[in-house]
Amino acid sequence: MIAGLARADAGSAAVMGADAVADYRRARRLLGVVPQELVFDPFFTVRETLRIQSGYFGIRGNDAWIDEVMEHLDLASKAHANMRSLSGGMKRRVLIAQALVHKPPVIVLDEPTAGVDVELRQGLWQFVRRLNRDGHTIVLTTHYLEEAEQHCGRIAMLKAGRIVALDSTRNLLAGFAGSRTTARVVARDGAQYTLELRGYGELESELARLRAQGVEIADLELERPDLEDVFLRLTGS
Amino acid sequence: MSFWALFSKELLRFLKVSVQTVAAPVLTALLYLVIFGQVLEGRLQVFDGVRYSAFLVPGLVMMSILQNAFANSSSSLIQSKITGNIVFILLAPISYAEFFWAYVAASVARGLAVGAGVLAVTVGFVELRLEAPLWTLAFALLGAALLGALGVLAGIVSDKIDQLAAFQNFVILPLTMLSGVFYSVHSLPGFWRELSHANPFFYMIDGFRYGFFGASDVSPWLSGGIVVLSFLTVAAVCLALLKSGYKLRS
Repeated sequence: MIAGLARADAGSAAVMGADAVADYRRARRLLGVVPQELVFDPFFTVRETLRIQSGYFGIRGNDAWIDEVMEHLDLASKAHANMRSLSGGMKRRVLIAQALVHKPPVIVLDEPTAGVDVELRQGLWQFVRRLNRDGHTIVLTTHYLEEAEQHCGRIAMLKAGRIVALDSTRNLLAGFAGSRTTARVVARDGAQYTLELRGYGELESELARLRAQGVEIADLELERPDLEDVFLRLTGS
Repeated sequence: MSFWALFSKELLRFLKVSVQTVAAPVLTALLYLVIFGQVLEGRLQVFDGVRYSAFLVPGLVMMSILQNAFANSSSSLIQSKITGNIVFILLAPISYAEFFWAYVAASVARGLAVGAGVLAVTVGFVELRLEAPLWTLAFALLGAALLGALGVLAGIVSDKIDQLAAFQNFVILPLTMLSGVFYSVHSLPGFWRELSHANPFFYMIDGFRYGFFGASDVSPWLSGGIVVLSFLTVAAVCLALLKSGYKLRS
């Protein structure tokens, strides 16, 4: 909707103040989208693809920046290769390069790691973190909640098209941890105890209660809630 | 600016496979000329002092222009839709009008390239006059633009290659074949002659031929008017569909 691929039934969307419909040219220049599917035009080479993409955004003579982007994404050696001949991982890199040719301040990554091998995934996150440090806002959509937890500062959770939560990652986790934490205690004699806590504050008193009963604590494991717990609880599943 | 980028991408696309997109249709037209010219030479006299093969050449040139203009925009669009790479155009700051004109302009370029090729290889076989070159050029441009726009329309509406092929085989091909490329519609019996006058392709061929021989079945002004009107109609439909995002933006 922000990128103009879908139309809103109601309401509006804007990219840094530029309305996605009324001011679509500015909105789309501010936005770089990496589509989820590995789409490519089999007629062209990597460099041609990136030049054409620059042209769409009204940029001519973009080769210096194209070279730089290809360098960062390890694409330089494939500059003259036809898109058809590239591996899936390489095609994914070209998609990212395409989203960057016009140096957009906002980058949307639509499930960038779906079906991507470990090496590329690590390289990808490294590059994305760098872009983020350089001042780009990264919007990541993902089904992998641990990815969101690891990389994102602010998270919106969607269920059936509705936002069920929108907060900083820390607040989402803390808010949940504040209400329920599980502590697993193993005693010296091998007995196990599971303590359901309403927040970390209760831990000390619960442990004291165990010790008072003569339990010698050998091991203690706190089950910290992760985003999946938060999501499941919020959506009531 | 975005128009130029999309236009040159479309140009580059068909030039990269020019054996298939330019040379092949030129060969097809040459075969038509060799076969029909040989078989019908001396049996058909359409205009005074014009041999049949000379009459045939402008028809073949125009037929090639029209078919290739249609093929360019329609196949490019359907391929981009099926492979999904149309998303790059939809995500870019390109207006729907730029989108339309870029595809039409590239279709015109392909049509004219093939038409010029057909003319170049056939002109040696026949004696050709060029009485009113401006009419020839005008009809070549208008015809290519109309078919380019029809190609955009077919490309937007079709979801699969076979739907597009059906459009090409059951609409475009019969209309071209029955437009008077190989004969003058005046030689047809009354009913079929009247029916031919309802075929917009007839006016494109007839007007284009007028530029060569200074003679035609109907006035080039009438033909020109009908072609312009047809183009404006198809363009309006295309622009309305593109503006609404029909089958392109959900």
